[in-house]
Amino acid sequence: MQTLNQALFIFFAVLAVASAILMVTRRNIVHGAVFLITTLLSTAGIFLLLQAEFLFIVQVILYVGGIMVLFVFVIMLVNLDVSMRQVQFNRQWFVAGALALVLAGQFLFAIWVGRGALRLPAMASEISPKNTEAVADALFSHYMLPFEIASILLLVAMIGAVVMAKRRAG
Amino acid sequence: MGHLIPPSIMPFVLPVLYAVVIVAVLPLLAGYIVLMERKVMADMQARLGPMRVGPHGLLQPIADAVKLLLKEDIIPDKADRLMFWFAPLVSVTMALLAYSALAIGPAFQIADLNIGLLFILAISSLGIYGIVLGGWASNSHYSLLGALRSAAQLVSYETAAGLGLISVLLLAGSLSMKDIVQAQLDQGVWFGFSVPFGFFIYLVGSIAETNRAPFDLPEAESELVAGYMTEYSGFRWSLYFLAEYANMIIVAGIATTLFLGGWLRPGARYHEHIPGTGIEWLDALPALLTLGVALYSLKLAPTQPVKIQKIVMVLVAVLCLGVACVLAGALFAPPAVMQGIHGAFWFMAKVFAYIYAFLWIRFTFPRYRFDQLMRLGWRFLIPLALVNVIGVGVAIVLRQQFAWGPIVSLIPTTLATLGVAMLLAKDDAPVAEAQTAAGE
Amino acid sequence: MGSGKFGNRERAVAPQDGYGRMSDERTTKTISGMDSVNTTVLGADEIILNMGPQHPSTHGVLRVKLKLDGERVAGSECIIGYLHRGVEKIAEHRSYQQFAPYVDRMDYVAAVSNGLGYCEAVEKLLGTEAPPRARVVRTILTELQRIASHLLWLGTHALDIGALTPVFYCFREREEILKIFEKYCGARLTTHAFRIGGLQYETYDGFEEDTKRFCNDFAHKIDEYETLLTENRIWVGRTKGVGILNAADAIALGVTGPVLRASGVKWDLRRAQPYAAYDQYEFDIPTRETGDTYDRYVVRMEEMRQSRRICLQAVENIPTGPIMARIGKVLKPPPGEVYHSIEAPKGELGYYIVSDGTTQPYRVRVRPPSFINLQAFDKMAKGALIADVVAIIGTIDIVLGEVDR
Repeated sequence: MQTLNQALFIFFAVLAVASAILMVTRRNIVHGAVFLITTLLSTAGIFLLLQAEFLFIVQVILYVGGIMVLFVFVIMLVNLDVSMRQVQFNRQWFVAGALALVLAGQFLFAIWVGRGALRLPAMASEISPKNTEAVADALFSHYMLPFEIASILLLVAMIGAVVMAKRRAG
Repeated sequence: MGHLIPPSIMPFVLPVLYAVVIVAVLPLLAGYIVLMERKVMADMQARLGPMRVGPHGLLQPIADAVKLLLKEDIIPDKADRLMFWFAPLVSVTMALLAYSALAIGPAFQIADLNIGLLFILAISSLGIYGIVLGGWASNSHYSLLGALRSAAQLVSYETAAGLGLISVLLLAGSLSMKDIVQAQLDQGVWFGFSVPFGFFIYLVGSIAETNRAPFDLPEAESELVAGYMTEYSGFRWSLYFLAEYANMIIVAGIATTLFLGGWLRPGARYHEHIPGTGIEWLDALPALLTLGVALYSLKLAPTQPVKIQKIVMVLVAVLCLGVACVLAGALFAPPAVMQGIHGAFWFMAKVFAYIYAFLWIRFTFPRYRFDQLMRLGWRFLIPLALVNVIGVGVAIVLRQQFAWGPIVSLIPTTLATLGVAMLLAKDDAPVAEAQTAAGE
Repeated sequence: MGSGKFGNRERAVAPQDGYGRMSDERTTKTISGMDSVNTTVLGADEIILNMGPQHPSTHGVLRVKLKLDGERVAGSECIIGYLHRGVEKIAEHRSYQQFAPYVDRMDYVAAVSNGLGYCEAVEKLLGTEAPPRARVVRTILTELQRIASHLLWLGTHALDIGALTPVFYCFREREEILKIFEKYCGARLTTHAFRIGGLQYETYDGFEEDTKRFCNDFAHKIDEYETLLTENRIWVGRTKGVGILNAADAIALGVTGPVLRASGVKWDLRRAQPYAAYDQYEFDIPTRETGDTYDRYVVRMEEMRQSRRICLQAVENIPTGPIMARIGKVLKPPPGEVYHSIEAPKGELGYYIVSDGTTQPYRVRVRPPSFINLQAFDKMAKGALIADVVAIIGTIDIVLGEVDR
């Protein structure tokens, strides 16, 4: 059982990283979108391995089934030939690379410093099957305020988008 | 069996067996749903439908399948070959994957997930990628427009259908398919009757999600030739076709489980026994029904024009007789076996009734226009679904606070929802000025 | 696109309102604004969609070029000529009688009406008239043909809008009419039912009963179609306000027939310049006000009822007597020209015939209703959605055999 889990984890992890890299390097943006979907799905697979079924479902329904559909929707309307002919990297790639290195360094440093502080519990195979309810409890009682703030933020963004679209159409 | 298989693999054996059966049987079932569709259509349109291959066209699906498999597989020159190849696979894989959580009767289920319903919804919503990518990869305007319509339509109606389902989840208090059916048994009423608006919203939403008429805009043949499938042919085309019909069975399965009592027999709480035996009256019904079909086919057999057709008709009769025997034999088997078999029978019967409603609607109504479809989704169904969810919530509070019965508490809220629906429908009256406004 | 050598074979049915350049520019033809399609990286392009000539709902081989902004039509151009057979030219090399079967092949779903128009035009040129009995039989058959043509229109129009069932009901009733034609003259579609000077065949035994039976059943059948469509929410939504053509535009574009009447112009040649035996019968000319697709639907449905009414009146009282006027075997009309038009199911069908005194016409020019009505397409389609384009093509009720000739 343990080996199976490990094999699956390695499979999903490699898939996630590989398709993430492919996503950035593909010239064809529709292919890029497909690889992004693959990345999201493999992350969802890892959630499932951790027995976080609800997170898995949320990842699939929201990111893959919802947001990415809209992404692809927009991408398909874009003129592909133009993007195929454009240079993939502009002159700022050096700055971006340096920033990325700094960020990676920060991460490594943080992990190194805090390596003893965070003790992850062993992967719980006996987590109560009611984890959907646990998520709901946490969201609607303990984290009620942040949850509501996030919702209002999204609502504002949505209304803003509608207003802008209306102005353009009018 | 126990000796041959290592115990660590034992829990996987039955699910894998079910999965194999489903993957094997589904294409055949889809083929026969097509035949059913054509026959129902023919009946409604005052004609006969397929009559040539086998008696009453009974072998038509097999002939169609052979034809599709043998057809030339064309990939357009300027298509994106990889995506063109990949897209139908996505559609059909997702459609089949969704079956893993569908409970066909209490015994036949690959995996009883505690998020079962969400899983089915999530997976079947991924099928859209097959359509969108296929439409895009074909490099044709018709395909692209079909794909775009499909994406927009699915995202809109999934919201409405999901809200329709939530009203049931409030009553059932679980996402597991088995628990939802159990809740309907405990409360003594199918949720389709206790939240009729939830059922209605889901019905409309599910038609739109499966791209069936009157919401079949992604493949509207009079406008977009065949929409996203325009450039597809042969086997790839048949994969899309299979996915569409598999999805139909899925949504029918969800509706059956959530609104029509799943595998519960009509009158599940009525336990009158046949005197002198331990058999309930109503349990004898399935066997008698199939026996009736068998006798009818036997009666038709001599009237068939060709000898081979007579033989096929007799075979059909024998098949039905066999099913009748199994259903009757189950009455004397242990209760678990008996419920498994009869549950599957009732489940399938309800699924087919739901699909029949799909077909009926398809042959009666003209097609919506795209803007009308969107207006119906966003301005009618979604507000109505929200009101309905609130109504069910209020009903639950009423039940808890005043100890009203489950039905009694739902009556006032359902009436209130009806009022809102009528208001919304008035507001939604066919709008004529859309074109003129845009034309200026 | 139309090369210079063969002239403008792909004639465009003209938007003549200064919108779009027309086909007489032989080098290039563009839809207005098509050359300024903006192609930025992220800008959604306006796409150009070629509908037809092979497309399920262009009713034959019509090709429509649409400039789309999303799903909205920003411009359109009808390209025709794919079914051009040079019918008018053929006429110059056939004797008057020989040419009669050719006219059946123009509007092939209303062959009887075509034949009536041609025969009456030649009769007018000869200065003779068909005997009363022939005229009444002609009226009955032509009205039956009108019903058949409208039924075909209704079925295909409904099918285009996505209603799968009415087409079969319509064909069921159309079949009865075709059976009457078959019994009368042996042919169902391209009937060649009439001859110059009258009729070749006497009516068969039971013709009156068949017609009466059909008409009596039909009253109920037409209610059946209306049950499926008239008050159907989706049908109303798909047709109301779609493809509006006001009366002034309709007259300016030369539109005739039900399309014109739906715009509120009470103009029907059967009443305005009675021919055959129409002056003897009572019938109403249905009109509507808005001129949208729904109105055209209502008008045609009512026209079927009126045709039924005419048939019933006519069949009650078919005069006896000869069926053929006294004309020679060889027709040599005096030199001169004549224009005669009838109210075909689709509008004014006119024949302009010039005779030089020989057995063959010097020139035959047909005024086909479909061709002229198609002119209105661009006006109706501007600002509509793709789905409406299909409805609009259907509502004009074109037959490409007649448009292209």
